[in-house]
Amino acid sequence: MKKLEEKIFKCLMIGSTVLILSVLLYILYVIMKKGLPSLSWEMISQLPSGGFYLGKGGGILNAIAGSLYLIFFSVLISLMISVPVVMYLNFTLRRKSRFAAFARLTFDVLFGIPSIVYGAFGFTVMIFFGLQTSLLGGIIAVSLLIIPVMIRSIDEVAILIPNDLVEATKSLGATNYETIKVIVRQLLPGISTAVLLSIGRGIGDAATVLFTAGYTDSIPTSLGQPTATLPLAIFFQLSSPVEEVQNRAYAAAVVLTVIILILSFSARYFSRRFSKNKI
Amino acid sequence: MLKRRLLKDKIARHYMLAATVLSIFILFLIGGGLLWKSLPIMHEKSLWTLLTTSNWRPFKGDFGFASYIFSTLYVTAIAIVIALPLSLLTSIYIIEYASPRILRAFSAVVDLLSGIPPVIYGVWGTLTIVPFISEKIAPHFVEFSTGYSVLAGGIVLAIMIIPLIISILIEVFSAVPKEMREASLSLGATKWQTVKKVVLRKSIPGIVAATVLAISRAFGETIAVLMVCGNFTDLPKSIFDACYPLPALIANNYGEMMSVPKYESALMFAAFLLFFIIVLFNVISRVVLIQIDKRYQI
Amino acid sequence: MELIESIEIIEQPKRKVMNVSQDIKPHIEVEHLNLYIQGNHILKDINLSIPDKSITCIIGPSGCGKTTLLRTFNRLHDESVDVKITGKLYVDGEDIYAKDTEVTHIRKKMGLLAQRPCSLPMSIIDNVAYGPRIHGVRGRRKLYALARHQLNAVGLWDEVKDRLKSPASKLSIGQQQRLCLARGLAVEPEIILGDEATSALDPISSKKIEELFLSIKDKYTIVLVTHTLRQAKRIADYVAFMYMGELIEFGTADQLFNHPKHQLTKDYIGGGFS
Repeated sequence: MKKLEEKIFKCLMIGSTVLILSVLLYILYVIMKKGLPSLSWEMISQLPSGGFYLGKGGGILNAIAGSLYLIFFSVLISLMISVPVVMYLNFTLRRKSRFAAFARLTFDVLFGIPSIVYGAFGFTVMIFFGLQTSLLGGIIAVSLLIIPVMIRSIDEVAILIPNDLVEATKSLGATNYETIKVIVRQLLPGISTAVLLSIGRGIGDAATVLFTAGYTDSIPTSLGQPTATLPLAIFFQLSSPVEEVQNRAYAAAVVLTVIILILSFSARYFSRRFSKNKI
Repeated sequence: MLKRRLLKDKIARHYMLAATVLSIFILFLIGGGLLWKSLPIMHEKSLWTLLTTSNWRPFKGDFGFASYIFSTLYVTAIAIVIALPLSLLTSIYIIEYASPRILRAFSAVVDLLSGIPPVIYGVWGTLTIVPFISEKIAPHFVEFSTGYSVLAGGIVLAIMIIPLIISILIEVFSAVPKEMREASLSLGATKWQTVKKVVLRKSIPGIVAATVLAISRAFGETIAVLMVCGNFTDLPKSIFDACYPLPALIANNYGEMMSVPKYESALMFAAFLLFFIIVLFNVISRVVLIQIDKRYQI
Repeated sequence: MELIESIEIIEQPKRKVMNVSQDIKPHIEVEHLNLYIQGNHILKDINLSIPDKSITCIIGPSGCGKTTLLRTFNRLHDESVDVKITGKLYVDGEDIYAKDTEVTHIRKKMGLLAQRPCSLPMSIIDNVAYGPRIHGVRGRRKLYALARHQLNAVGLWDEVKDRLKSPASKLSIGQQQRLCLARGLAVEPEIILGDEATSALDPISSKKIEELFLSIKDKYTIVLVTHTLRQAKRIADYVAFMYMGELIEFGTADQLFNHPKHQLTKDYIGGGFS
């Protein structure tokens, strides 16, 4: 009887594992199958012509460039906030400080907030400052989204830094700031991983940019102009009645997926290197 | 020289503190901001009316969120029911039974899956799940279904949250000390008995934490569900009917927000609802976990 | 002359034991046991008989393979990948490393006390009742009586009788180790294996555990890996000395400590290395 139960569950377990693996591969397969035929040099180097929804010609450069601009600035802003926060919590405050615990709790909650809430809030902020849907609006929303992601990711590695290292630098007479500069250098691989993860999260998210970045056929030349993004390129163009437009959507899907795959592999590579070089 | 160093230190300290306070403040800003924006509609209609009626006629000024709330709960429930057993089974297998090589390979796959953006799942869902339901599954149960349904939303959501749950569970199961397993085996228990009575028991807090995170994620997911759920306001009577979860509501109607009075406020209220429910849920589960820890010291 | 004697000891410990007393029945017999971890030869041709109903201590410097050997007795190496075992190991005449041997009934015969007391994530009484429940014993009263009996046997009953339902992890380390012993005894084993069972405990708890072993040795075969010579001197009936994966010498405590035959044994006992 016992043996039977074990056998049944073992079957279920293997079945479940195989199922999950197959689904992943199937997803990649379907996306590639639909999108690769439409992927060409023209597709990624041209703007859509004749309007993104109905115009038959052109490509998705608007979305690619827009997404890259957007994520670049967002990551920059997010780094300027996340790194100081993590350094403060781990190396300036006492490790067991109540404030640090409260801060971490807040960040955990922020981490779990869905992206649409960030989008809606970003929209509110934009209205408040009188901004139009634009690159800047998108940057605000995406930065808010990825700050908790970055903080959590960097915090995870900062916590691992042994106390002895901190004490050693401090006992050499270094100020807190100078100690932190040393530690940041130590943490660079961890920070890179955090950046990669944040890019992954931010570049593929549609809900944050939906009301804040707008959409357009062209590449923005200033922060105040609306911009296309890859997720929205997929979303808006998928439901078009024109087949060529749909193909652009699938091509954008492939581009986005490939970007994510590269980011995931790089992040894994970096974090493995980090643990090898640990003191 | 020392003066300059100390000055730099002071500036750095102030900057770090400012960044930290700002980051913490964001949480309250979001809650406060959305609440403030929802006030107009909350003044006009009572909270009770908003939450329990399902009249949605913005042009007439009727805003009843009940069916959207219901859809959200329905879709999330289906997603959890599908995802949790599968994730548990797979994680147990990977950690307890499979070789270390398989563990490493599978972890890589899970990492990859968790990085795929929701919109891609949405595309895939539209291409495969929706027709599958419409042609292969629904005919056995109902007369007609377009495939854009609660079930489609549930399945897509489940696939999205499975990698999340698995990655947490793998960590949780790995954290169970080897000695504990050996103690059980040395008493003559089989591997399966050890898994059931020792490993799982020890991991209960971790399993709860993973489930909470997954529910939060599923609850707030917008774009993937939007693309496969049908976006139809009426209360779904079966899992093959179309539904309309809260996030989809917000996403679909933002364009018309500005043209109708109180519409913007209504949608902001929806966003605030989402925010509030998820924050509340997170805080409650944290408290629950602390209590479990205190009482049972597992 | 000495060289020949040494070879005799290593190759035929059985006979040596027989010379000590004809009444010793070996409970565990190890024949040509070799163990490889990832290709490294860890246990080298071990031949050993563990006498019944007495305390056998395995001593030797760190890294000599004592724990590894102990864990072959209840097939705990099954759980590790990369471990290869050749040779025979008889428990009550059954070769536990023969193909297709069922492992849980063998493990049931043996109780293992690990170095760090590891209580299961349940209440005190559930810990003790865990073993019997696994093997099919039902009925709350029966299990309660069983648990009470074992907790008494290890001297824990008075200390915990008011909090049987509280989590076992709340006990002190010394109490937890006694709990683990009670838990092991509850499945009615024949053999008790101890892997440096007192090294993590304070002296008072250690003493309690040692006294327990002494009090039950007429009912169980006890094999202990000890890191300290003093403990072996205190409680061992028989001693096996290992060095670098080989069994160097085996004999009664009196023989090994007072008249060691092998030079290495002499050096170790004399404190030359550890």
